[in-house]
Amino acid sequence: MNTVAAIQPEHAAGQRLRERAFRGATFAAALLVLALLGGVALSLLLGAWPALAHFKFAFLTSEVWNPVTEKFGALAPIYGTLVTSFLALLLAIPVSFGIAIFLTELAPVWLKRPIGVAIELLAAVPSIIYGIWGLFVLSPVLQRHVQPWLIAWFGPLPFVGRLFQGPPYGIGVLTASFVLAIMVIPFISAVMRDVFETVPDVLKESGYGLGATTWEVIWQVVVPYTRNGMIGGVMLGLGRALGETMAVTFVIGNAHRIGSSLLAPGTTISAAIANEFAEAVGDLYTSSLIALGALLFLITFTVIAAARLMLLQLERKALSNV
Amino acid sequence: MSRRTIRKLINGLALGLSGVATAIGLFFLGAILWTLIRNGLAGMSLQMFTAMTPPPGSAGGLLNAIYGSVVMTLIGILIGGPIGVLAGTYLAEYGRTARLSTLIRFVNDVLLSAPSIIVGLFVYELLVIRMGHFSAIAGAVALAIIAIPVTVRTTEDMLNLVPQGMKDASTAMGAYHWRTVMSVIYPAARSGIVTGLLLAVARISGETAPLLFTALNNQFWSSNLAAPIANLPVVIFQFALSPYPNWQQLAWSGALLITVSILILSISARFVVSSLNPGGRN
Repeated sequence: MNTVAAIQPEHAAGQRLRERAFRGATFAAALLVLALLGGVALSLLLGAWPALAHFKFAFLTSEVWNPVTEKFGALAPIYGTLVTSFLALLLAIPVSFGIAIFLTELAPVWLKRPIGVAIELLAAVPSIIYGIWGLFVLSPVLQRHVQPWLIAWFGPLPFVGRLFQGPPYGIGVLTASFVLAIMVIPFISAVMRDVFETVPDVLKESGYGLGATTWEVIWQVVVPYTRNGMIGGVMLGLGRALGETMAVTFVIGNAHRIGSSLLAPGTTISAAIANEFAEAVGDLYTSSLIALGALLFLITFTVIAAARLMLLQLERKALSNV
Repeated sequence: MSRRTIRKLINGLALGLSGVATAIGLFFLGAILWTLIRNGLAGMSLQMFTAMTPPPGSAGGLLNAIYGSVVMTLIGILIGGPIGVLAGTYLAEYGRTARLSTLIRFVNDVLLSAPSIIVGLFVYELLVIRMGHFSAIAGAVALAIIAIPVTVRTTEDMLNLVPQGMKDASTAMGAYHWRTVMSVIYPAARSGIVTGLLLAVARISGETAPLLFTALNNQFWSSNLAAPIANLPVVIFQFALSPYPNWQQLAWSGALLITVSILILSISARFVVSSLNPGGRN
């Protein structure tokens, strides 16, 4: 039967042992990935418990954040996180869509790769660089040129006007959203480009065969076919925007308040943690900041998980077409 | 105007706008790099690499911060890299079809896009509280946790590119699977795995948020892993927001240094990949 093993039983036993050890090591490493996520969730929950037990539901509904009287409510950072991320997506989605179309349908072959790489490099720039750039370059430009214009034109309008009132600070919710938009553009456009490339050529060619223009093929063939993948890409960008810390910390102004104006300073969950954590005195203060982290984790986890599921669906669809 | 002209006009407009969108993206990359070069180059001197971070108003460099960043990044990738490669090996080789692997892939994807500040909080709870103080090792562990999902993902993808025939040939010669992995699969996928590790290094060397409450910062030279250590991202953060011109200048120079290093890393990682698949993207 197995002559090698019969001749060298020790050798075979050694091999089997090594096989088991190696397999065990890879399996342990894989389990560690699971344990990391579990560990993160558990440690955040434990750390957040004192604050959640103390403030109960009011932690989510109160706008007060006062380290002196030890009253903490998360409403202002939650509001800031949601508003900045929403605005960032509003600005980033059309641009990312355009870049993806340019890269898949329009760019000549020799231009595709360099431009694709350049956009990807935008994603490699560390977030702290976006932060100082946003603070020293972008916000003075917005303060001098863009915000006065917004105040003059949109300020007097009914309803919408409330969003554009007050002095042009430069830093604030709008500036943070702008920086976030620039940061998520490479992520969303990379995913969109990849999903656009999953569209079978036959489908597009059928469109062209019927006399459709390039745009009509994109809008009526490519977009419907890749809808889930595109939404998945947008939600990945959203996950990124929700949790982004350093860039926002530089430009949002770090004020625990909910202002109706987008030009006013605000704060986000991650900016509040980054700014205050190392200096937080007292268990309740620290615990409240960790509770903010737990909230952020919950929000981003939901968004990212939904995004991944949608992308997975498109992958299956692409596989079944091969 | 005929219907055909209108359709052509809309087409031209839409495609033109997509060109504009691409120009916007490229413009911001250019604007950021230009700002860094204009502000950072002035402070680039030998002193930056030989002197410690100064008190406000006096001359100094970034030596201790550069050292701290390099040390923590190295330890981070030394911890995170092997774990990531092993886990990726499990997903690609041993548990390819296991139901557990689907879960692990999913969790890994979630970790890949999870906010890095959360990782900082986790390590704070895990290590800093227990040790009683901030430390370089806590910073390195936080960076390792960020490096793991990146490495897992690229390793699995790269191992899957190794032709099944090569694996079968090795198995047919009587090799146990670990031997096949070590002698056939890893060498075949080497440049891909190295790319993944380079990208992981690029990713963690610019991370700031997870270091804020793990490694913290240190005004002085420290090589003690159990003590707080200076590092470029946190120094940039503190110095940029300070009112002192010499600190701000150092922040810009540090920012230029870190960005150039990361861009070089990312670009060279791409070169390794394109030498793996000369045909371009797969």
